[in-house]
Amino acid sequence: MTLNALRLIPMRSLLDLITGYWWDLRDFSNLTRMIYKHLEDWGFPDWSIYVISGLIGTLGIIAFIGGVAVINIWVERRVVGRMQSRLGPNRLGPFGLLQPVADAIKLMQKEVLQPASAPGLIYTLAPIAFTVPGIAVFAVVPWGRHAVLASLDVGLLYILGMSSLAVLSVFMAGYSSNNKYSLFGAMRVIAMLVSYEIPIVAGLLGVVLFAGTMDLQGIVLFQEENWAFMVMLQPLAFLIYFFAISAELNRTPADIAEAESEIVGGYHTEYSGMKFGLFYAAELINAVSVSAIIATLFLGGWWAYKLDELVPGWMIFIGKVYGVYFLFVWTRGTLPRFRIDQLLAFAWKWLTPMAIINVVVVAAEVLAWEESGWSAGFWIPVFIAVNGALTGALIFGFVKFFAPKFQRFPTRPRFYPDIDVPSLPAVTGAEFMAKGGQA
Amino acid sequence: MIADNGIVIAFWLLAATTIGCALMVAAVRELVQAVLFLALTFVGAAGMYIVLSADFVAVVQVLIYAGAVSVLMTFAVMLTPAADRRNSETVFQVPALILAGLVLAIVVFVTLDTDWAISDRGAFSATAASLGEAFLKPYVVPFEVASVLLMVAMIGAIVLTQEDEVPPRRQEGE
Repeated sequence: MTLNALRLIPMRSLLDLITGYWWDLRDFSNLTRMIYKHLEDWGFPDWSIYVISGLIGTLGIIAFIGGVAVINIWVERRVVGRMQSRLGPNRLGPFGLLQPVADAIKLMQKEVLQPASAPGLIYTLAPIAFTVPGIAVFAVVPWGRHAVLASLDVGLLYILGMSSLAVLSVFMAGYSSNNKYSLFGAMRVIAMLVSYEIPIVAGLLGVVLFAGTMDLQGIVLFQEENWAFMVMLQPLAFLIYFFAISAELNRTPADIAEAESEIVGGYHTEYSGMKFGLFYAAELINAVSVSAIIATLFLGGWWAYKLDELVPGWMIFIGKVYGVYFLFVWTRGTLPRFRIDQLLAFAWKWLTPMAIINVVVVAAEVLAWEESGWSAGFWIPVFIAVNGALTGALIFGFVKFFAPKFQRFPTRPRFYPDIDVPSLPAVTGAEFMAKGGQA
Repeated sequence: MIADNGIVIAFWLLAATTIGCALMVAAVRELVQAVLFLALTFVGAAGMYIVLSADFVAVVQVLIYAGAVSVLMTFAVMLTPAADRRNSETVFQVPALILAGLVLAIVVFVTLDTDWAISDRGAFSATAASLGEAFLKPYVVPFEVASVLLMVAMIGAIVLTQEDEVPPRRQEGE
């Protein structure tokens, strides 16, 4: 129905987004306004209209998340398979599309085991408490010019608060499993997140300083008004947030919390059946919600230059979300896992100083913008050039001066200089091959 | 008085949750469970701030207390030996009860004694912006003093726990 409707509308009215017809789902507010109008006509009190519209928005978001959590299992496995020269699931249905359904049915049939010594309530609540924050984040994310469930004044802080609650649920899972490896996983998560909270917040501070608001819709409108994606103004903040949040997501470059090869799956070792399924789904949901945050903050959300006059905002938004999600899958498919000391050093020695430098620079820029009184048309290109150069210089400088030297054959562990390590035969790969592969 | 029924219901629900969880913090034997209940208490207090339409304070409450402080507490609890992780019987039970009773009496007395006049200004709007203005304009000196104090505490902690050199790892078979 919606597709036909889209085709029937002539080009002229496509530029004028809100036609007012309820079936014009290019803008969901058409539908909600229709419902408002009918409810008012039927004499519903004001508060019930709030409740009903909130419920509709929540249902829509949960439906989206449910669909995404199922489809992304397939997306992730296929894409990672492609990157690793494998096929990925390709048996069930066209292109293996029914594989997630089969996985879900299998998980639901499995018995949910619980360790006899586990405190039952905490053990049961942990996967639920882990899933909820990832869904709750979507409440403040705008889907279109008029489509946002809760336009909070402190939307960004709300997102940070929600993601900090997930830590505690991971700890609940690891502790209540009453298992050595689960506890290791939980402790690793906490040590990691205590470190990574700082670059995340300091990185986002640059965005907030530029936009002058913590409301996500306000940040999108700032990007629209100034005709520039935030990633151009704040490339360093984007990189810092991307790396730091992929650590917080427990995805492979930083998945020390559930490293299968070291601690058997970490905090969800003891979970089985649908309780494990919830952890698995929550991981995907968190990845999507973080992609949505990045798409909103750095890539303009539902706005894309003139494109949002032709294509509905929520389609642009979902496209951007999947673009960012692809970046996450890419890092997962290609990068090896950090060791825990490397991961913490990365947060404290690289991301945090860079984020602090970024905040200082952004504060100076915003001050110059406000005090000079010159227009955005002059300042925005200047900021794009300055911040791009700064990002390149900082990353190059940090790599040049602070990174450990690359050794093809490391002769001694870096952190314990006083141990003698037997030296390897001094043969490079090229020499090895030149000898015809004989040592 | 408060006109809206919804606000009243929300207030009583949140009050019951907060106080119930706070009681459980003291009643529960397992320290880790006590910390989890404490986190719930913090969340309940954040709900109270929302009822007062102080959304910035509410979110910061969740972020700092429920998110960071309770995580630090779990960290501390996990670093203590397992045998100490229970609220065991102590000789201080009776004095503590008396002290708590006195504190409760003071709070109840103050609550009953205060004249709870209702302010005639409206609800806060844009609390984040107005808080920022307040911190950086009239109260900039206390704000800066507090941040310098925290900085000094952090540097002090680093200096106190610093080791002179990396300890050698134990050799194999030692």
